[in-house]
Amino acid sequence: MANFLLGRLLQSLVLLLIVSIIGFAVLHLAPGGPLSQFALVPGLSKEDLARIAHEMGLDRPLPVQYWEWLTRLVGGDWGRSYRDNQPVLAVIAGRLPATLELMGAAILISVFVGIWIGVMGAIRSYSLFDMLATVGAMVALSIPTFWFGLIVIYAFSVNLGWLPPGNRMTVGGDGSFLDYLHHLIAPALVLALVEVAIWSRYMRASMLDVINQDFIRTARAKGLPERTVLWHHALRNALLPMIALAGVEIPTLLGGALVTETVFTWPGMGRLLLDSLGYRDYPVIMGILMFSALLALLGNLLADIFAATADPRIRLT
Amino acid sequence: MSEDRRNETIPLLTSRRRLLALGASAGALAWAGPKMGWIPAAEAATPPSKPTGQAVIGLSQEPTVFMPLLAHIEVDEGVYFNLFSPLWRVDEKGEFQPDLVAEVPTLENGGISADGLEWHLKLNDKAKWHDGTPFTADDVKFNIELIQNPKFLAGRRSGIDLIQDIKILGPSELTFKLKSPYAPLPSIISWTFLVPKHLLEKAADFNKPEAFLANPVGTGAFKWVERVPGDHITLAASDAYHGKGPYLEKLIFKYVPDLTVLYTQFQTGDVDYIGIQGITPDHYEEAKSLADRVVTPVPQPFIENIAFNLGNPIFQDAAVREALYLAMDKQSIIEQIYYGLPSPTESFLPRQSWAFNPDLPKHAFDQEKARKLLDDAGWKPGADGVREKDGKRLEFTNSTTAGNHVREQAQQLLQQTWGDIGARMTIKNLPPAVMWGDYWNLSQFDTTMVGIDFMVGPDPDATQYFASTGIVAKGGAGNNTTQYANPDVDKLLADGAATVDIEKRKAAYVKMQELTRKDLPFLPIFQYAMVQGVKGKLEGFTPNVNVQENCWNACTWFWAS
Repeated sequence: MANFLLGRLLQSLVLLLIVSIIGFAVLHLAPGGPLSQFALVPGLSKEDLARIAHEMGLDRPLPVQYWEWLTRLVGGDWGRSYRDNQPVLAVIAGRLPATLELMGAAILISVFVGIWIGVMGAIRSYSLFDMLATVGAMVALSIPTFWFGLIVIYAFSVNLGWLPPGNRMTVGGDGSFLDYLHHLIAPALVLALVEVAIWSRYMRASMLDVINQDFIRTARAKGLPERTVLWHHALRNALLPMIALAGVEIPTLLGGALVTETVFTWPGMGRLLLDSLGYRDYPVIMGILMFSALLALLGNLLADIFAATADPRIRLT
Repeated sequence: MSEDRRNETIPLLTSRRRLLALGASAGALAWAGPKMGWIPAAEAATPPSKPTGQAVIGLSQEPTVFMPLLAHIEVDEGVYFNLFSPLWRVDEKGEFQPDLVAEVPTLENGGISADGLEWHLKLNDKAKWHDGTPFTADDVKFNIELIQNPKFLAGRRSGIDLIQDIKILGPSELTFKLKSPYAPLPSIISWTFLVPKHLLEKAADFNKPEAFLANPVGTGAFKWVERVPGDHITLAASDAYHGKGPYLEKLIFKYVPDLTVLYTQFQTGDVDYIGIQGITPDHYEEAKSLADRVVTPVPQPFIENIAFNLGNPIFQDAAVREALYLAMDKQSIIEQIYYGLPSPTESFLPRQSWAFNPDLPKHAFDQEKARKLLDDAGWKPGADGVREKDGKRLEFTNSTTAGNHVREQAQQLLQQTWGDIGARMTIKNLPPAVMWGDYWNLSQFDTTMVGIDFMVGPDPDATQYFASTGIVAKGGAGNNTTQYANPDVDKLLADGAATVDIEKRKAAYVKMQELTRKDLPFLPIFQYAMVQGVKGKLEGFTPNVNVQENCWNACTWFWAS
């Protein structure tokens, strides 16, 4: 186990380094830059712009810029945002609660509902329910989230007035728990729609795999009640592949949802990434990139460890 | 960027630049006069005796720079107008009103000497910083010297850099001299928001005054409460404000990145006022019918135009520019694509400006005349219908921000009507960070569709855009991206800025507008107006074409009971 962890750690470091080099190069070599926003600000001369570029460190050769960024990062300094001059880590930390809240709610819904639909679809495969679930999942995966979000807002906020049209809390309100919850419903459901579809499809496939295996037949032959067979023997085994899926979901959980956060005016990581890309806020974009890469690696590592714990057939070497 | 983008899966990156801020605007009533648009019912209702309630201002861009002297963009100014104060501000009639001064210095009251060089300022001795420290002449001196400091990343330096010999005569009195007379200076000062000396002189790095940026202190009607990044900024009424108001307890700037979503939040009442880009033209009809909402087009100083790159040989031929103007179906662009909201123009100045020239030759859509003009100039149609002259084909690109659907439609219309006369235009749109970078600044485009405010605040001085010294591609300092160089224009601009005699100035700018109309370095299309939306009972608004941000007078907004 210790060897495994050490190996994984080294592997991760190399991967992170490669990610950072590619990310940095692509970002800086792409045309445009953070100064373009000042194009039509009256009174800014070429000299002023050059001074700002110098302050941002943009006037140095790319490898030098990368090296400086990397050495600072190793020393714990993630740099400062060009947009509002705050430290990158503080900027990211400021967006995490909103994202965790939204993604947590959405994933919670999708895991439970998705697993339930998947299991039901598997044990009654090709029934009406299964057909509907299959078609439903395809539809859910195909609907553009942006459009669907707006439809939900028009229906439930503008016409019916049941739900707020976005935002994390009432603007200028005191932010009670119920207020937060009220604002969470629509974006979490819209986001969960796609996730439910994904989880239900994986779960159905996995469950179908399991219930046709010998040990299930044995369990039934022993005279165990069908409920025990399904929910105890079959489900436990069918859930194993889901652990890997959950590992992949961890970066998503913290990475935010670009589209849903935009439609529902949710101040999370997804919006931060979009805003930073639009502004070419290099330090923040690099920060988000490294942060997501770290989470992805961590998520996969955790998934492996949990899978090994849950399934004695897997050995970590 | 205020175009309809409902069909996009990922909405446009919200670039914070003002020329993008323009996609959609309006202005049927825009040219009625200085009091155009709707007049607030403030005369009827009376403001409360003490600050009451809150107003939520919806913005599609996020203010992020809270030190007003640093380089910033116009969305930040909406916050500045309420948190900070300039020495004087410009009202909707283009007149200066005292703010941090007791009276605005003029030739008449002796505040400015006859040659325009010596200035005498008397400050408002009631003004205080939000932390209770009195505002004094020392602060004014500190601000001027900070802007002049070459190491400081100032957002605007022109004009202020002419100030010298600052003498403090008392806590609320000072004088200074100018190196040379400069007429736009009062306008520039009306845009310069002052910062406290006692807090900023302590900052380790005046380009990154961290403590101040996190908790800015001004002299405005509202004081800082908090910023939730990516979401909103809250200001609260200041009890020590030296001017009229404030009548609201809280002012909230809410960032709603998508314009369709912003409109929806206005519909549901979560947002009380839509600023900056306003309501998109396609929602105008629907918005007008909303209960308890006042929706009105208000004029803006931005001029939508086709900017030529005169460095490109084919555009050096005046006949080509003239022919392309003749073959532009301006009326269809305005009526069909912009829902008839903006007003056609021939000038680079908004018609509300005192220097506006109303007698410029009117554009007429005439493709026959355009063809004849090109024939006479020697541009002969080639085998594929595209005209040629001396081996050069009349073929070029037109660029603007990618994803701006409204502009794309206008581009397609131009493509058609220009194609009809043998000019082949290809659309080459780029993402904002690319479009408005070197591509624009260093004149790497052929033609660009862009909305520009050519003025300096309310001042018609357009030196930045038309003086031959402002061509960055040729090493100049300015925004002359069309590379327009006309010695007569250079002289008129210099004359216009060097005298404080308003009649002489007007004569210079009127003549200048004739020259740009004749030379056509850019093809004027229309003057923007934005569709402003406000809740019925929120009163005290006055549209002001002289500022870029309509929250300029939020200190006098109030809820009618």
